[in-house]
Amino acid sequence: MLELDAIGTGYGKAQVLRDFSLSVNAGEILCLFGRNGAGKTTAMKAIMGLLPLWSGDVRIDGEAVGALPAHQVPLRGIGYIPQGRRLFTELTVAQNLEIGLRARNSGPEVLDEVLDLFPRLRERYRQRAETLSGGEQQMLATARALCLRPKALLLDEPTEGLQPSMIEAIRQVILRMRDQGVAVLLVEQRVDAVLSVADRVAFIENGRNGEILSAEALRADHTLVDRYVGI
Amino acid sequence: MELGPYLLLATLEGAVTAAVLALTASGLALVFGVMRVVNVAHGEFFMLGAVIAWWVASHIGGAPVWGFTAALVLAPLIVGAIAAAADMTVLKRLDYDPERTIVATIGLLYILQQATLMTYGPDARPVEPPFNQRLALPWIEWTETGLGLYWPWGLSTTSYKLAVIGAAVVVLLGIWALMTRTRIGLLMRATQLDRDMALAFGIPVERVYALVFGLGAALAALAAVLIVPIQQAHYLMGHDPLLLSFIVVIIGGLGSLPGTILAAIFIGLTDGIISVFFSPTLAKILATLLVALVLVFRPQGLFGTRAA
Ligand SMILES: Nc1ncnc2c1ncn2[C@@H]1O[C@H](COP(=O)(O)OP(=O)(O)OP(=O)(O)O)[C@@H](O)[C@H]1O
Ligand SMILES: [Mg+2]
Repeated sequence: MLELDAIGTGYGKAQVLRDFSLSVNAGEILCLFGRNGAGKTTAMKAIMGLLPLWSGDVRIDGEAVGALPAHQVPLRGIGYIPQGRRLFTELTVAQNLEIGLRARNSGPEVLDEVLDLFPRLRERYRQRAETLSGGEQQMLATARALCLRPKALLLDEPTEGLQPSMIEAIRQVILRMRDQGVAVLLVEQRVDAVLSVADRVAFIENGRNGEILSAEALRADHTLVDRYVGI
Repeated sequence: MELGPYLLLATLEGAVTAAVLALTASGLALVFGVMRVVNVAHGEFFMLGAVIAWWVASHIGGAPVWGFTAALVLAPLIVGAIAAAADMTVLKRLDYDPERTIVATIGLLYILQQATLMTYGPDARPVEPPFNQRLALPWIEWTETGLGLYWPWGLSTTSYKLAVIGAAVVVLLGIWALMTRTRIGLLMRATQLDRDMALAFGIPVERVYALVFGLGAALAALAAVLIVPIQQAHYLMGHDPLLLSFIVVIIGGLGSLPGTILAAIFIGLTDGIISVFFSPTLAKILATLLVALVLVFRPQGLFGTRAA
């Protein structure tokens, strides 16, 4: 579904990703795991076309999207939940969601579905995004991406700074998306959170591929994780 | 004339300045707010609006109202199209880099100005107002029988000047409605708030930018069409509107539309009043001084809420 084929990219002249490859299947949760600064967020920006590819290509359903203008990438069905939420702060909950709906002409039934997943947003519907609590903001960032009816979902540290019940809510949504056949690429720092949802785990080290393992293997042998996180 | 009527006259003149300035400066504020581009060529779009208004009006015969109405529609459209083209051919290629766009718009300023000099020439030319009744204004005075009205000599305005103020109010309300009530306004605000996220949600940011740059220039052109029956079109007429617009945008809080409009009213009125009682130059000096003070003590602008 979503494929990164030996991509290289970076900022200015500084290369961050080198020959980085990944592939996420429909109905699968792939966790991207690595230290701070390893290039996880950079990989997501590269998928979204927000950073130009220096080499390699990104494919969605077999279609190369690396050369498309950035705004056309999400139209292929990619929902992005960025690190730090990045909501349209001065706009209301409703307007943030409208922008998500507009991207791929989703109908009102999509909005209803999404609001059923996050009933809190319905109560805060006319409130400005910047006035929401941190947890509510994360819900909104997630809901905004789901409004696109994504075929692939990119989540960059969605549980950062959230309390356990909120983390559980996000986890349930991720699992539900997977069961609906969405390809999920999840960046997550907390090992237990990763192991409880992931189907496979891909390690990234200094912008290069590390091992790719099944979550089962990792659950069986924790030393593998420790080697990459290096606690 | 006594002080009272004199002050009323100055206030009315100031209100016309304020109306035109509010339109021009909103264009500049819109471009800076959404695109973070400091458009030094903004005054030339104003000038082009006036020159095109003269050109259109002089090619359309019949009553002045026809030529003026045609200019009111055509000048902003033509200027907006020129600006959008400049955005797509120049600014886009510079990746909207803040410093390089300043240099590029300075270049654009001279190109537009010199091209106008070569084609339109150095003369100042008038456009006839569509209507222009003189309206005498009353003032109050004490008489033996109590409070009475009288019509001091020289205290008057014209129906056209009042119409300019009315038109500016209508257009500004329209811009406000566009930004807050329409789909395209929503996309503009989303682009302003977070360009990368706008892209990540499929908003064609480049097209939004071209539209905003065109709209900003069209507002300046519209302001110029409104003022040209009072002021005459000239190829150097863009300087003052540019200076005053910058003053207003800085005082108003860099890109905030309501702040810009409040600042335009404030600067326009004081400019009118000081110009009538003292001199136009003093008015400009004081306004520039005010900007310096604002930049030192309140960089977010008098009406701005946060640092830009
Ligand atoms: N805008 C930028 N300009 C220049 N360098 C950047 C920029 N953003 C990130 N980098 C650099 O790229 C490298 C990878 O950053 P990235 O944000 O992808 O890391 P990450 O794996 O997401 O880390 P974290 O877990 O802390 O979020 C880092 O060395 C970082 O300093
Ligand atoms: Mg990151």
